[in-house]
Formats: sequence, structure tokens, C-alpha cells
Amino acid sequence: MHELAVTEEIIKVVTDASKGRRIREIVLVIGNLSSFIDESIQFYFDKLTESTPLEGAKLSFKRIPVKLRCYRCREEFIPDEEYICPYCKSIGGDIIEGREFYIESIEVEDEDRDSKEYT
Amino acid sequence: MKIEIVKNILEANDQVALLNRETFNNLNVFTVNVMASPGAGKTSLILEAIPRLNSSVAVIEGDVASSIDSEKVARFNIPVVQINTGGNCHLDASMIREAIKKLSLEGIRYLFIENIGNLICPASFDLGEHIRIVISSVPEGDDKPYKYPGLFSTVDAVILNKIDLLPYVDFNIEYFKNGITAINKKAKIFPVSCKTDEGIDSWVEWLKGENRYK
Repeated sequence: MHELAVTEEIIKVVTDASKGRRIREIVLVIGNLSSFIDESIQFYFDKLTESTPLEGAKLSFKRIPVKLRCYRCREEFIPDEEYICPYCKSIGGDIIEGREFYIESIEVEDEDRDSKEYT
Repeated sequence: MKIEIVKNILEANDQVALLNRETFNNLNVFTVNVMASPGAGKTSLILEAIPRLNSSVAVIEGDVASSIDSEKVARFNIPVVQINTGGNCHLDASMIREAIKKLSLEGIRYLFIENIGNLICPASFDLGEHIRIVISSVPEGDDKPYKYPGLFSTVDAVILNKIDLLPYVDFNIEYFKNGITAINKKAKIFPVSCKTDEGIDSWVEWLKGENRYK
């Protein structure tokens, strides 16, 4: 249930960033090594934003698979369950991706659509 | 219109963790975040370490409910604070910030923070500790590092407890160790038994070596 606190944090950050404009979409980046679950964040988001300006905003989840750099041959690979390097068959590597947990961007409604046509 | 944000969602926690670490550094309190699943032996291992450290120790006990563990620790006549999270699955930095207000850390050299029994959530929350350890136990099975890489990849040491049960359980130590080193080269691995005391001394010696404030 720790998604409740992080969802509150997400709402706070995007509300500040939107500066009062209506938010259409929030893009979250979550590495597969992080302990956060999309469905759970979505659940709390729906509950917490009910009857608020954020109600109906779309949450988009970008999932980042774990990527290792082989200890031995230094090639990068997405590991199988036993972390065997497909290039040199040795086991394991330094984690270079998979721990991400951040808000990448938001999509807000334009304040003045006409003027934005030219930007 | 798209607005780039790129903001770490755990930043609020990380900032409080930074404050905690400053407090620990200023007071020379070496702080250990102890994580494990329920029943792996977190409290037992802390209790084994206390008399061997020959130093001043304090403990923060995290549990969803009850003060069973803090009562066990208090019998050793050392300062202990119980945090009950009331259902929350991990400790976070602000809970520690509150707890250390209730502890007199002056003169304390080791602070153990016993996290909530859970191999998932505690991995994501920095508490301001100096090192993090995970205790795994033989009856849980040798596949735990493969199933919970998020946690096993972040620790400084893995303590494999209850090795006195190895003759009775199908547990492949090599497979277990490979699952750790594959994603965490630096982690030290200590097979121990709180029942027979095997391996406890070498784990505690390592802990003493890690303590920069001795």
C-alpha cells in the first residue's frame, strides 16, 4: 500500500508544475527493480483525484526493464531469470537501468489555443 | 502542451533521509537499516550483535503493530523506540526523523533500525542509514535473491540465518549466492545461525569494521 504516499507526491508535483492549467496526461517512468505497481498507483490516483481538477487525467506508465552491463565482457544485456550474459555466458553484471521512478512530463491544455498555433 | 518535469517521486523522502544522515554523522552514530521478511530473524540477529559489539547501541523497532520486539530489546537495557506503522509496509525517513527525537543519541555508536518485515517496499526508501543489510533465512528458500532483486541489489550485506536447518531443507547455497552476486558484486554474504551462534562473530566483526565512528 505504499503507493498511496507516492501517489500523493505525484499529485502534488504535477499540480505545482501545471500552474493551474488542466492536466491531460502524466507520464511516469518506473524501472522494474523499483517496488511500485502501476495498477496500485492508478487505483490511488483515481480515488485521490475524484471531484478535483485532476479527475480524468490519464496516467501513462513507461516501464523500464532491468539492464545489466556484464561483469566480464562489459556488453549490455536485458537479463533472463538467472542473469546469464547472452554474449559470454557468464553470470551477472552492474545494474545500469531498472531503478527509475520519476515523473517524466505532463501534457496540459493550452491556455490560449490560437496563439499556440504559431509556436 | 507538454511540460518536461523529470522529477524523482521519492525526492521528499530522500531529502528527509539526508537530514537524518547529517544527524547521525554529527553525532557519530553508525546506522544500520535491517531488512528481511517476517520471521527471518531480524530481532534475534540484533540481540546477538548487541553483547558482541562492546559499545553503546540503540534500536528503532518498526512493526505494523505490537511492541513485542521492542520489549525484547529493552531487556538488554538499551534505548529502544517502537514505531507502529498501522498497516504501512515500510519505514520512511520521516518516521525515523520522529523516532530519533525520542532517543538520546548522544554517545550512541550503533543504531539498528529494524524495518518492517517485507522484501519489497523497504528497498525504495532511504532512511538515512550508513549501511543496509538483508537477512534471509534457510526455510524461506534459496530463490529469494532472484525473486526480490530490487532489495537484494541495494544491500551491503546479506545474512543467511538459520543455517542449522540446512540438513533438513533443500537449499542450494551456491545458487543463493549466485543470485546475489549476479546483481550486487559488493554485497558480503554471511551464513549464520542465531540458534548455534555459528557465523555470528564474523558478521559482527565485519559490522565493527564498517563503523567509521568507533
